[in-house]
Amino acid sequence: MNTANREIDTLINRDYAYGFESDIESDIAPKGLSEDIIRFISAKKQEPDFLLEWRLKAYKHWLTMDVPTWSSVHYPPIDFQDIIYYSAPKPRGDGPKSLDDIDPELLRTYDRLGIPLKEQELLAGVAVDAVFDSVSVATTFRKRLAQEGIIFCSFSEAARTHPNLVRQYMGSVVSYMDNFYATLNSAVFSDGTFCYIPPGVKCPMELSTYFRINAKNSGQFERTLIIADKGARVSYLEGCTAPMRDENQLHAAVVELIALDDAEIKYSTVQNWYPGDKNGQGGIFNFVTKRGDCRGARSKISWTQVETGSAITWKYPSVILRGEQSTGEFYSVALTNHFQQADTGTKMIHIGRDTHSTIVSKGISAGHGHNAYRGLVKVLKGAQGARNFSQCDSLLLGHECAAHTFPYIEVKNPTAQIEHEATTSRIGDDQLFYCMQRGLSAEDAVSMIVNGFCREVFKKLPMEFAVEAQKLLGVSLEGSIG
Amino acid sequence: MLDIRNLHVAIGDKPILKGIDLQVKPGEVHAIMGPNGSGKSTLAQVLAGREGYHITAGEIRYEQQDLLKLAPEIRAREGLFLAFQYPVEIPGVTNIYLLKAALNARRKHLGLPELDAIDFLQLVKDKLKLVNMDEAFLYRPVNEGFSGGEKKRNEILQMILLEPKLALLDETDSGLDIDALKTVSEGVNTMRDPARSILLITHYQRLLDYIKPDVVHVLAQGKIIHSGGPDLARTLEDRGYGWLDTDQEVAV
Repeated sequence: MNTANREIDTLINRDYAYGFESDIESDIAPKGLSEDIIRFISAKKQEPDFLLEWRLKAYKHWLTMDVPTWSSVHYPPIDFQDIIYYSAPKPRGDGPKSLDDIDPELLRTYDRLGIPLKEQELLAGVAVDAVFDSVSVATTFRKRLAQEGIIFCSFSEAARTHPNLVRQYMGSVVSYMDNFYATLNSAVFSDGTFCYIPPGVKCPMELSTYFRINAKNSGQFERTLIIADKGARVSYLEGCTAPMRDENQLHAAVVELIALDDAEIKYSTVQNWYPGDKNGQGGIFNFVTKRGDCRGARSKISWTQVETGSAITWKYPSVILRGEQSTGEFYSVALTNHFQQADTGTKMIHIGRDTHSTIVSKGISAGHGHNAYRGLVKVLKGAQGARNFSQCDSLLLGHECAAHTFPYIEVKNPTAQIEHEATTSRIGDDQLFYCMQRGLSAEDAVSMIVNGFCREVFKKLPMEFAVEAQKLLGVSLEGSIG
Repeated sequence: MLDIRNLHVAIGDKPILKGIDLQVKPGEVHAIMGPNGSGKSTLAQVLAGREGYHITAGEIRYEQQDLLKLAPEIRAREGLFLAFQYPVEIPGVTNIYLLKAALNARRKHLGLPELDAIDFLQLVKDKLKLVNMDEAFLYRPVNEGFSGGEKKRNEILQMILLEPKLALLDETDSGLDIDALKTVSEGVNTMRDPARSILLITHYQRLLDYIKPDVVHVLAQGKIIHSGGPDLARTLEDRGYGWLDTDQEVAV
């Protein structure tokens, strides 16, 4: 094997560090999906009636839908009756009132994941909502945020305490009929994060949700809803991990973002679900619908994602550019190693005048990894002066991986300007040897070259996350060099 | 410093080097000249540890060590530097990042403390002046979009910064205009030191107008067929390589 391949292999074969399982007593629904299960979930969460009705509408619609097959990913059919739709760590007493009431094993789990939930130990300036299987177990810094009028809590809690906001905005970006997995989520969603930033408020800290799948055979179906009212600003981070298991687990989330006039939402994801082992056994199916609506004039929504985990990643964080002069951005690094597959990209729908969008996608394939960028830029008739710039780059490590680019462009307004650039390159022996001749180890050289390739995207991440993402990329690439 | 004995190298089944003997002492500057395809670049690549070459016979000692047993990055950290004929582009990686990583890899190997960003910047700024380069150069991606001259100057910058014991310059003069050639040569000349050896590999004599070698060797058909003083280069320029009988035994 040549140096490049050997190095990529060592890099890729590093172990998944978050593959442990926590022994936590859980409240688990029986396997399978039915109206009763949906009623059970809704009752567990003491939801208002409108929410239960909405779930049931979605469920009825879902029964009429077929599993989508248009993507480039391949996986065996999922038996939706073989999944547990609700699993929650058992509350101690009447349910956690404060961190002291939380199962210490749960706190230890988050500590091991590097997410201490005790506020004094947290990174200053980052508020965390920790979601474990189907429920939110802790949300930090809520008092500090409440002083600014910011609502940051679990989705279930918001449904009880702010039903009008939930009712007004939920499903307004991703309808319950949107697509197979979003509809499934609408029927069975368990928990997730709700966030509302009032007019004119600039959120004083980064908000984040940390998702953890623990229970066996369970699916995770969280829902996140973020509303930035007029002139509000927020930066939100999302992280996720899961134990190592031989069987695949389904993660089908929905994220809706709404930005009103002059509001700005920055949404960053570092996705590190268990990717499966090096033979392609196990791992998470990450089938997620993420969409932002620039509803107000001059609003801005920016997605940044670093996707290194999951056996299959299938998602297209999108922006509907409805408001005049609104801006949509998508910055993505997707890495597939071993037998991982990714079909990811974005949709930028230009509706308003003078709307701008930017797409920067970096796909890295190693091992037998399969990486596809799929993106749609659509300019509607009324979108006078719309502009888009897209750049899709693929980097191949080794000779058995694949990269594809599927750009779709639909323009109905002649004043629109669309630019698309794409490149595919391979880490060459030349590059490696050059770095090694300067004294770098092959491993450091690959890591440096890959990080260089992703630099444009990493620059968009909040500082702590950027460092994390670089490390993660190194770990995910371990063993990718022969 | 460098002691090559009876080196035979093949690519696949094809012999390229057929018995090279070469001794370079500390402080010496040697030039290796020869027609295209004579094996000059192969020699440089083998010394630096590039894969894909089969050493079929012979040995190379560098600073009393068996060079062929050392991994390429160890050779580099031990002070062997190759200025590439075709410097490689690394998109997204800034020049300063690579330079700092390289210098610190060498310093760490030598048991010296690694330089932090501030100390490093000061050091590299001083060195930039020697090769007539702007500070902005540091923040451009490694060799990406560089002109031929910029790439070669960048190699020299790396060399000056890393302060190698043995510097190999593979066709560093090719593709340079006269001003760039002067800058590069001045850079190399500042490196001349009683403790450092330099091996210039070149097709043309003009580089040797600026860098005076102590010894000139002629490499042809995988062998050193002639060695001499600095005047040999001039003779080669005037008469070409034809007057040397390439079948003849090595004459000194």
